[in-house]
Amino acid sequence: MDFVCNFPPFSIIFCLACGIISSALNGRAAKRLSIALVSLVGVMSACVLAYTVKTGEAFIYVMGKFPAPWGNELRVGTLEGLMALFFSIIMLLSILGGLRALETDVEEARMNLYFVMIDLMMSSLLALIYTNDLFTAYVFVEINTIAACALIMIRANGHTMVAATKYMIMSLLGSGLLLIGICMIYDLTGHLLMSNIKEAIGVLAATGQYEIPLTVVIGLVCIGLAIKSALYPFSSWLPDAYGYSTASSSAVLSSLVSKGYIFLLVKVFCRVIGFDVMVGHKITNILFLFGILGMIMGSLNAIRQHDVRRLIAFSSIAQIGYIYMGIGIGNNAGLVAAIFHIMSHAASKSMLFICAAGLSEVSGGSKNFTDLKGAGYRNPAAGIGFTVGAFSMVGIPLFAGFTSKVYFAEAALTGGEAKMEIAMVTLAISTILNAIYFIRAVISIYTPRNEHFQNAAYRPAASMVFSIVLFISLNLLLGTFSYPIANAIGSGLFMFG
Amino acid sequence: MGSNLFVNFYETVAMILFAVGFTTLLLHKNMIKKIMGFNIMDTAIYLFLAVKGYINGRKAPIIVDGVTDTSAYINPVPAGLVLTGIVVSVSVTALMLALTVRLYRRYHTLNIDLISMRAKREDL
Repeated sequence: MDFVCNFPPFSIIFCLACGIISSALNGRAAKRLSIALVSLVGVMSACVLAYTVKTGEAFIYVMGKFPAPWGNELRVGTLEGLMALFFSIIMLLSILGGLRALETDVEEARMNLYFVMIDLMMSSLLALIYTNDLFTAYVFVEINTIAACALIMIRANGHTMVAATKYMIMSLLGSGLLLIGICMIYDLTGHLLMSNIKEAIGVLAATGQYEIPLTVVIGLVCIGLAIKSALYPFSSWLPDAYGYSTASSSAVLSSLVSKGYIFLLVKVFCRVIGFDVMVGHKITNILFLFGILGMIMGSLNAIRQHDVRRLIAFSSIAQIGYIYMGIGIGNNAGLVAAIFHIMSHAASKSMLFICAAGLSEVSGGSKNFTDLKGAGYRNPAAGIGFTVGAFSMVGIPLFAGFTSKVYFAEAALTGGEAKMEIAMVTLAISTILNAIYFIRAVISIYTPRNEHFQNAAYRPAASMVFSIVLFISLNLLLGTFSYPIANAIGSGLFMFG
Repeated sequence: MGSNLFVNFYETVAMILFAVGFTTLLLHKNMIKKIMGFNIMDTAIYLFLAVKGYINGRKAPIIVDGVTDTSAYINPVPAGLVLTGIVVSVSVTALMLALTVRLYRRYHTLNIDLISMRAKREDL
C-alpha cells in the first residue's frame, strides 16, 4: 500500500485535531491554522486524486485493521478524490473572501470558535465523502449539522438565532428519518459497510424478499437526506439561514453543506442500495418531480426579493432542484450531470455570496437593491465577480452553469420520453426565470446612482480580490474544460460499481 | 397481518413512539416540547435497534464460564450503535436547549411562531 493511501484518514483526523487545538488559540492564530489546514487538505486530496487516476481503481483503507464485515472502512476512488479536492478549494476561497466581513460580524473574543466550526465542518464533509460505513456517515451528518448551526448563529443577532433554530428543527427531522432508515437497512441486511449491504440487497431484490421494508427504507433515507439538503418543499429554513449569516458562512452553507448530503445520497444510490433497485422502486420519479417543482418555485420566489442575499438564497433552492432533477432522470448521464452541477453551483454560488458581501460593504452595509445601485463601480472586483456568478447561474456560454445545463439536457434526452419533455420545458422556463432576476440584479448594481456612498479611500481587502479572481478562473475552467472533469466523474461513478 | 403486530410488539411500539416524537418535533409550537419530541423520536429508534439486536433466550455478549460459542450470545453491534446514537442525541439536545435559552432571554417566549414574528419586527 502506497503512502498516499493514508492521506484520506490523515486529512479527516487533522481536521478534527485542528478543531480541538483551535479552541485554545486566539482568533488570529486559529484563522491561520484553519487556512493552512484547508490548504493542506486540498494538496493531500489532489495527491489522492492523482493516485486514483493513475491506478485507475478505488482503494479501501481499513481503519484500525479490523477486517471487512466488522471494521470501519474508508473507500477512495476518483470521484471521492475529486470531490474532496473541490470542496477544500471552495472552503478555502470562501474563508478568504469573507475575512473582512467576518471581522465586523463576529466578536474578536469568539473568532477562534468560528474556525473551530470551520475545521469540524471540513472534517465532517471529508468523512461523508470518504466513508464506506453507513453509521459513521450518520454520525458525521450530525457533526455537520451542529457545525452548520454554529456557523449560522456565530453572528449574534435575533435573525440568525431564529434561522439557526429553524435549521436545527428541520435538520433533526431529516436525521431522524435517516437514522431509522439506516437501522432498518441494518436489520434487513445485517451489515453496516456499504459494499456488504449492496451485496445483501442484491440478493433480497433478486428473490423479491422483504419488498415492502426495502421500499420503506429507500423512502426514509431519500426523504431524510432531501430534507437536510433543502429540496423544495422542505426548504423553508433556507432563505433566513443563508440570508442573515455572515458571508463566509452563507458561502460554505450553500455550496458545501447541502452538497455533502447530496453526495451522500448519490453514494446511497450507487453503493448501498444499488442504482437499478432505486430506479425499480420509482423513487427517482419522486425526486425528479420535487426537483422540477423546486426549480420553478425557487426562481419564482427569488423574483420577489429586494434583498440581494435572500435572492441568492432562493436561487439556491432552484439549483438544488436542478441537482435532484438530474438524479431523478434515473440514468448514468443524469447522475454525471447532477454531480457536475454540484461543482458548478458550488463554484458560482459561493462567489455570489462573497461578492454580495463585498457590494454591501460599499453601500453602507445595506443588502437592499435600492442602496446597492452603482455598487459595481464602487467595488469593481466584487461587481465583476457578481456579474460572472450571475451569468453562470443564468447559463451564458463559457461559464460553468451553461455547461451543467448542457449536461442536464443531454441526460434528459436519454431518460425516456415523458421525463425528457418535462425536463426540457422546465429547463427552458427556469433559465428565463433565472435571467429575469439575475440580470435585473446585475443591471441594478451597475446603475450609477447613490453618490452619497462614494468613498474614495475604500480599498477592497486583498484576500477578497484574490478569492474572487480564483473563483472566476475556477468558474471559467469548469465552463470551458468540462470534458476531463465530466470524464473523471463518469469513471468515478463506474468505480462505485 | 394483525397478528404480526402482536408478535413484533416492541417494534410496533417503537414505530408509534417514533411517529409521536416526529410529529411533536414538527408541529408543536413550544420549543421545550419540540426538544422533548426529538428525544422521544431518537429514543424510539434506540428501542427499535435494541429489540432487533436481542435474541430470545441468549445472554449479553460477555464471556463467562469460558463459553465462546457465538450461539450463546446476542449481537453486540446494535448496543454499540445505540450508545453512539445516545451520545449524538445528547449533544444535539444540549445545543437545542442552549439555543432555546438564548431565544427566551431575547424574546421572552418559547413559542416559535411568536419568536419568528418578533424577530421579523425587530429592525436590524
